[in-house]
Amino acid sequence: MSDLLLEVKGLETQFKTPEGIVRAVNGVSFGLKEGETLGVVGESGCGKSVTMLSVMGLIPSPPGKVTAGEAYYFGQDLLKMSNEEVRHIRGAQIAMIFQDPMTSLNPVLTIGKQLEEPLMLHIGMTKNQARERAAELLGMVGIPNAKDRLNDYPHQYSGGMRQRVMIAMALSCSPQILIADEPTTALDVTIQAQITDLVKRLRDELGMAIIWITHDLGVVAGLAKRVLVMYGGKIIEESEVGDLYANPSHPYTIGLLGSLPRVDEKEHARLFSIEGAPPVLYKKPQACPFAPRCKWAVERCWKENPPLEPVSSEHRVACWVDPKTGRTR
Amino acid sequence: MSNGNNTLLKVVDLKMHFPIYRGVFQRQVGAVHAVDGVSFDVKRGETLGLVGESGCGKSTTGRTILQLYKPTAGDVHFEDVNLVTLKSEEMRLMRRKMQMIFQDPYASLNPRMTVEQIVGEPLMVHNVAAGAEIHERVAHLLDVVGLNASFADRYPHEFSGGQRQRIGVARALALQPSFIICDEPISALDVSIQAQVVNLLEELQEQFNLTYLFIAHDLSMVRHISKRVAVMYLGVIVELAERDELYHSPLHPYTQALLSAVPIPDPVADAARKRKPLEGDVPSPVNPPSGCRFRTRCPIAEKMCAESRPDFREVSPGHFVACHLAK
Repeated sequence: MSDLLLEVKGLETQFKTPEGIVRAVNGVSFGLKEGETLGVVGESGCGKSVTMLSVMGLIPSPPGKVTAGEAYYFGQDLLKMSNEEVRHIRGAQIAMIFQDPMTSLNPVLTIGKQLEEPLMLHIGMTKNQARERAAELLGMVGIPNAKDRLNDYPHQYSGGMRQRVMIAMALSCSPQILIADEPTTALDVTIQAQITDLVKRLRDELGMAIIWITHDLGVVAGLAKRVLVMYGGKIIEESEVGDLYANPSHPYTIGLLGSLPRVDEKEHARLFSIEGAPPVLYKKPQACPFAPRCKWAVERCWKENPPLEPVSSEHRVACWVDPKTGRTR
Repeated sequence: MSNGNNTLLKVVDLKMHFPIYRGVFQRQVGAVHAVDGVSFDVKRGETLGLVGESGCGKSTTGRTILQLYKPTAGDVHFEDVNLVTLKSEEMRLMRRKMQMIFQDPYASLNPRMTVEQIVGEPLMVHNVAAGAEIHERVAHLLDVVGLNASFADRYPHEFSGGQRQRIGVARALALQPSFIICDEPISALDVSIQAQVVNLLEELQEQFNLTYLFIAHDLSMVRHISKRVAVMYLGVIVELAERDELYHSPLHPYTQALLSAVPIPDPVADAARKRKPLEGDVPSPVNPPSGCRFRTRCPIAEKMCAESRPDFREVSPGHFVACHLAK
């Protein structure tokens, strides 16, 4: 147990909406090892962001509520801590970067001011120390003339540079864990490549653990060591990265990989497509959430929600059927 | 370069500059050079992919072709008619043959209209059908794009993103056009839904012998759907070639960098290839670099790249590139 930096058990999160209670996360458990990069993949609404926001205590309440589960960070349950206690961990030891660098920076404060704030708040640096460290951090994430650019406002930075600022801010207190929520989705491919290269470099230099949330199986392939695939508020497959792409074992993962065209595509064939659309869960699912879209579904899939079971030592899947043979497990 | 029968659309040196006005007297102080001299052909029945990063002018090119903007300079020949010289009524009639599918299926459908009104509107506007015939035609169109005809009385908010994009496709097909500009039709959709829509577009192309200009920033998807691909950077086309030629032997340094930046959903293949990362950001189109537009980020730029703009030359049959140094 002790080698896990973060351990989440049985997490459930709900949102009250006019249409009823939406069960966004339904029993998610995973662990994160020290220095590991964990990819979390899924489509919009699958619960990947809500899972991480729940762990960080950032679910707006109301309408949201974490209804069950534990999240241990160095033996302390983050979900049972007071807001005050969580504040000391969030930002300092577990940092987060978000999808949209345009809206995550305050437009009326200079970049320097925003970078200095966590340094003074969490580490207790003086203004001058923080100023110096802020310039260092900007330089570290590859912004030229870092010292001068501290006085600029966010609108004077391009999208890629703003995401660099977000990364600098997240790394300012040397966190143990960096949670990145679709940090490159709003960026162009060449800028995306710059950012992923930067994160890889910083990870190797600083040795932090990363949770990288994305819908892009391509980005995860080059970055993560282990991958969780989520669907309908559940982890449906968990594997070491190589084995996931070589032997995808859940029908949804197989479909997702098949529906992606590849830039190194060999011959032209129709893309494999998953019919239907992802579910919105108003009830706690009693059946497999993917069953309505699954072409391998058998009777049992409609009655019982499959648990995450190992198929090999580093690979677990939640499915009653083995899609390779078509037989039940 | 082309014989008249085979070429459906011919774009010659198309320019679209948007003026910038400043001050009390709203004097023009400059212009955004969104599209700055673009030439290409689209052959009947093919799909031409147009790729580039945001702000490179690919969507503006599409809209200018349809004369949704009045081009600053250049010609657009569609079936041997120069669209630029047409009067607005003549252009309106031409639009029956050329339609557009938009990026955002949430913003491009009027929330107060039912599906039947949305898909039937072009039929009414162009006096192609009336009354009960519209109802029949709409039902047929919905069937063609894989939607249940009984959905005709519903409103857009009752549909998912993928279904809405199907409604957009049905509307584009209503007037039986020969040419459709698909402006990032799948970028707003979830991965598993993207494949559904792309497969639908391919099926419809075979069924109705459609010609597509497929605008996208997703190089893998463009490779999948296109026969030929044009790469844009800061208002100009830097390279155009047959799909496999472009992806196997890209000649322009920008194309090479762009291709190497695309993530491959396979850890083994992703680790095996060489990366050619680009430094910096795209310069502003208000004041683009002199000479070659790409020189400020180009790893091999020389002195002459700043002095003269490279010609868009044919280096091998069908493979065009705008670079002084490409061989």
